[in-house]
Amino acid sequence: MKKAKSSEPLVRISKRTDISPKLSVGVRVIAIAAAFIVCALVITAITNGRAMPWDVYSQMLKGAFGTVRRVKITLRDTCALLCLGLALAPAFKMRFWNIGAEGQALIGALASTVIIKLCPGLPWWLMLLVMLVASVVAGALWGVIPAAFKATIGANETLFTLMMNYVAYQLVNVVCIFWEKQKGSSDIGVFDRGTLPKLFGVDYGISIVVILLLTAIIYVYMKYSKQGYEISVVGESENTARYIGINVKKVIIRTMMISGGLCGLAGFLLVSGTHHTLNTGIVGGNGFTAIIVAWLAHLNPIFMLLTSFFVSFLDIGTAQIATSCQLNTYASDIVVGIALFFILGCEFFINYKVVFRNSKKAKEAA
Amino acid sequence: MGFDLVYFLQRAVAQALPLLFGSNGEILNEKAGSLNLGIPGIMVSGGVAGIVSATIYENSVANPKGWIGLLISLLSSIACSLLVSLIYCVLTVTLRANQNVTGLAITTFGTGLGNYFGGAIASLLGLSSNTITTTVNAYKTPIIPFYDKLGAVGTIFFSHGFLFYVGVMIAVVSAIILKKTRVGLNLRAVGENPATADAAGINVTKYKYITTCLGGIVAGLGGLYFAIDYSNGLWDTQSFGERGWLAIALVIFVMWKPNLALVGSFLFGALYIADVFVPNLTPLTKEIFKMLPYVVTIIVLIATSFAKKKENQPPQSLGLAYFREER
Repeated sequence: MKKAKSSEPLVRISKRTDISPKLSVGVRVIAIAAAFIVCALVITAITNGRAMPWDVYSQMLKGAFGTVRRVKITLRDTCALLCLGLALAPAFKMRFWNIGAEGQALIGALASTVIIKLCPGLPWWLMLLVMLVASVVAGALWGVIPAAFKATIGANETLFTLMMNYVAYQLVNVVCIFWEKQKGSSDIGVFDRGTLPKLFGVDYGISIVVILLLTAIIYVYMKYSKQGYEISVVGESENTARYIGINVKKVIIRTMMISGGLCGLAGFLLVSGTHHTLNTGIVGGNGFTAIIVAWLAHLNPIFMLLTSFFVSFLDIGTAQIATSCQLNTYASDIVVGIALFFILGCEFFINYKVVFRNSKKAKEAA
Repeated sequence: MGFDLVYFLQRAVAQALPLLFGSNGEILNEKAGSLNLGIPGIMVSGGVAGIVSATIYENSVANPKGWIGLLISLLSSIACSLLVSLIYCVLTVTLRANQNVTGLAITTFGTGLGNYFGGAIASLLGLSSNTITTTVNAYKTPIIPFYDKLGAVGTIFFSHGFLFYVGVMIAVVSAIILKKTRVGLNLRAVGENPATADAAGINVTKYKYITTCLGGIVAGLGGLYFAIDYSNGLWDTQSFGERGWLAIALVIFVMWKPNLALVGSFLFGALYIADVFVPNLTPLTKEIFKMLPYVVTIIVLIATSFAKKKENQPPQSLGLAYFREER
């Protein structure tokens, strides 16, 4: 008896089959609370004591919501992130690792720019329409290329989409130089055309409405449509999908067309609603951050509202602290990174059960 | 102005080194089944750790010695990369978090950490300047003092500091270990099929932890090289660019073989600066030139998937967490 006991490992891990909603929310709340506490301490440490932990939150809140303008900017950033997260959700559900949202959005922005530069004579509504179509098609194309190679010859999609980002990046540089305002500046200048009409007093008002609508559409598409069902079957098991008569290749290509197309739409909104210019920084790494946003939300568009807001809030809040301490804003990347570690780590306790050798539960089970 | 081939090749080697270290580190990671997208972050933080520690040392001692500064920056770079890699290991191996997402979070964290301290160190310590000339000069003294007597070969290969030799040695050693030794065989088994490796009595967790951390340290040295040698000890947040991602591209390009990485990194290094040396390029064609490494990588990726040769494929379990009870 004694011998058998000592051969049992000290800690044992087993998969949870089900978890009560109370516990799963509880674990996440604890993780986020821990993240906030650690982040505050880290901010104090890296600013060499210029921002005390108790000042941190009030400063963060001030940075994100201090004025009406700041609330609008927080909303804008949240939506920019959300849009790309929504675009990624169907692809990830299919277990297709689209790391190329950054490039797909950039190429969409590039397509909008080309329309602005090539057809300056169009009436404003027609120009916006053509820009929209061009951006969606360009983004879809950028997504379909890796998908086609994945579906036909099994090329690793993570690496392929990653590389496509930098091809897009260089193409944007080429376009910026081609239409540069002053020779040698590589600056394409601010566009006076192809601007969305104002809503709520800002150019990006329409973008916000569109993206919120999109959230509902993607939710319904993934949860209730036949195509959404096909996506989740392919994601769970390609063999099962084949067995029940789903054309896997078609689903992969179609889903990436949607994913890339939505990224292209994000690019269009960035050019027409937010930046009114083109450079390699307009997506600003959101294509990568959106991967994290989508994953943390378990690919659920409604939860993505929360996660994209959470990440934007941390980002803007920390940038505010760094600026007020006259330090650089890269501090916000550190804080966002740490918060993500906590939330990623807590998923383990939701998916797995940890049983200690001498714990009550283990004895009960025996 | 004529085209100086020797100078071009010498600069190509200099450009190749961060890529060599980075891709070597990533190869070690991927061979153990970890697709570590945190390598760019580890490189930046590892590099800046070297600068920051040398800055602190040079400003706290009356007569700083170059080799001590160098040793300190080397050790802190290793410590920093190790620490960041450990975060990745704990999250992906022990807590089985998704590798892609964790890797990207590591890159966000690592580049943030590096760029923040790289930019703010002078302000944080209340210094007027943050040059680390003593350390950099010590580094830049060539190991082989008579290198200029070796002609072109000497200038191209032996005019670099000691990290050049370290990088080449690591590539050769890891190629031999992966290909010829029992440890390498076990490691490859872990990357291809952890369940089988586990059944054969290989400690999957141990192998993953050790190789991922070693890989991280190697990649961090690439950052250190860039910080001390290329940037002369002054960190500019923009200049590191996409070198980390290019290193990951290189892994595919050399088909997960460290010995090929020696040649591949040299080629990528040459391509990276070719736009400066090829005459009569306009700014526009320069940008097209910079696209080449990525396009070439995509072509290699397509070609290897098409050929379906077993030894040129990514490790089978790349990107997947291993849980013993899940078969």
